[in-house]
Amino acid sequence: MLERGEVANSWRRERWDSLRLLTPNWLSRLPGHEYAGSDPDDYMTMGEVVEFVERYATVTRAPVQTGTNVTSVRRTDDGYHVTTSRGEISCRTVVIASGACNQPSVPQFADAVPASVRQVTPFDYRGPGQLPDGGVLVVGASATGVQLAAELRRSGRPVTLSVGEHVRLPRLYRGRDVLWWMDASGVWDQRHDEVEDLTRARRLPSPQLVGTPERSTLDLNALTAMGVELVGRWAAVRDGCALFSGGLRNVFSLADLKMRRLLDTFDAWAAGRDADVDPPERFAPTQVPEKSRWQLDLRSGEIRTIIWATGYRPDYRWLHVPVIDPKGHLRHEGGTVDSPGLYALGLPVLRRRRSTFIHGIEDDAHEVITHLTQHLAAKS
Amino acid sequence: MTKGTLRDMTTIDNGVNVQALLDAREALKGAPEAAQFTWRASSKWQNGVHSTTRVQHFFGLGQEQSHKSEAVFTADHPEVFAAEDNGITPIEYLLVGLASCLTAGVASVAQNRGIQLRSVESTVEGHHDIRGILGADSDVRNGFNDIKVTFTIDADASQEDIEALVAQSQKRSAVFDALTNPTNVSVEVA
Repeated sequence: MLERGEVANSWRRERWDSLRLLTPNWLSRLPGHEYAGSDPDDYMTMGEVVEFVERYATVTRAPVQTGTNVTSVRRTDDGYHVTTSRGEISCRTVVIASGACNQPSVPQFADAVPASVRQVTPFDYRGPGQLPDGGVLVVGASATGVQLAAELRRSGRPVTLSVGEHVRLPRLYRGRDVLWWMDASGVWDQRHDEVEDLTRARRLPSPQLVGTPERSTLDLNALTAMGVELVGRWAAVRDGCALFSGGLRNVFSLADLKMRRLLDTFDAWAAGRDADVDPPERFAPTQVPEKSRWQLDLRSGEIRTIIWATGYRPDYRWLHVPVIDPKGHLRHEGGTVDSPGLYALGLPVLRRRRSTFIHGIEDDAHEVITHLTQHLAAKS
Repeated sequence: MTKGTLRDMTTIDNGVNVQALLDAREALKGAPEAAQFTWRASSKWQNGVHSTTRVQHFFGLGQEQSHKSEAVFTADHPEVFAAEDNGITPIEYLLVGLASCLTAGVASVAQNRGIQLRSVESTVEGHHDIRGILGADSDVRNGFNDIKVTFTIDADASQEDIEALVAQSQKRSAVFDALTNPTNVSVEVA
């Protein structure tokens, strides 16, 4: 098991200080390794995640070779040749577990942003103290975007949030964590070959959730109440001005409709059961700002910092096997890559919707490793 | 001839009543409410992707107004889209709007600048990657990737003045603005 840095490296180095997991503690489990503390409904801080993963590595005696960066993987006649920062390895199979979030994904027009505005990605961001005073434009309304917008607004800065298609969720529904519903109702069990639009499901932005001890909802209405200004999807930069889409109302409607449909699914599931939940509830539609700006002069000094919460992409520059699609994603069928003996784990909706989350690894790993051992047995 | 010169105003005629426009500009400076216009169109689905849109009434200068007659526009999709081709596609109507708006601008600006036009022709090309509307690739936008307009103008003016005409017509064009800048669009179900 090769790790470029330390165990739980990206949780240590590529996350901001205030981040907590989106999944409650009782759901943040690894095979045979569950949360044992006194707050099952709370959310782990990054420090706690690092401890949790480290403990798992120790308990399972995982053969982790830390400080070993893989620089190249090539096919050979009977397997793969792996070059690392600490030597060469020949092997019959390779499991790629480097994840989907290796690099922040930033739109091309970032190059056209005036130099007077500081640009920060979630990989560089640690906390508000590191940013200059003054206005912040947060781009993207996934979990990252809404969390950073809220944190920066609380630091006293004027915050503008550029909102494209997003996934709205309440933190609690009928008295239960919304992810309890995803788990219990079977939504997360939907398999990759049952998902209607798998490409879309795999690219879906993370839901507007935050893990806080108060278990509060952080949707766009919560941000509006805090004084965050909402603008449409950022489409282009022209003459130093950011231009935003005028379709804000529609992305709100889409997210509201999808959330309602999901809550209907939960209600239908709960109707025939003796579930310990409160009565059904519905949430107010996303409030449309009276006036939303469609352009913002980036040279005026109003915006001092831009935070690109525009998603992440994987980095397969080291993988010299022709299994990458034109968008830079790995071509695989439920974790089986189209090259004998090559496998993947830990990608969004790898085998089922649950795969995107920490506890989704258990079933995925069983199934992928079953295929891997059959592959080895067939060849020997 | 330089920009803004009115010396030939009396002798040139592009058929644009510039004086009325200049008077309106002055009058509306002090009456912004009267300058608020609402343009309307009513559309009805026919069958398949074929629809009919009617335009006659609008609001402006503080009251209901009307075109002399109703105009009816048929939109459909071509046979290569497996449609019946009863009319041009909706996105082609944007090209109609852009070409006619810029052309009106060229004539008005020329009149105002004392430039006699003999002919103004233009071609408009909108480049469109239809993978967007088909949902084949979510990175491809639904609308035009870019639009190219080419004017051929015969007028009593230098090439430079003609270029200045075309530039000014873009600067004051409603459709050019609507296509190049975002607009808040709300779509509701009645």
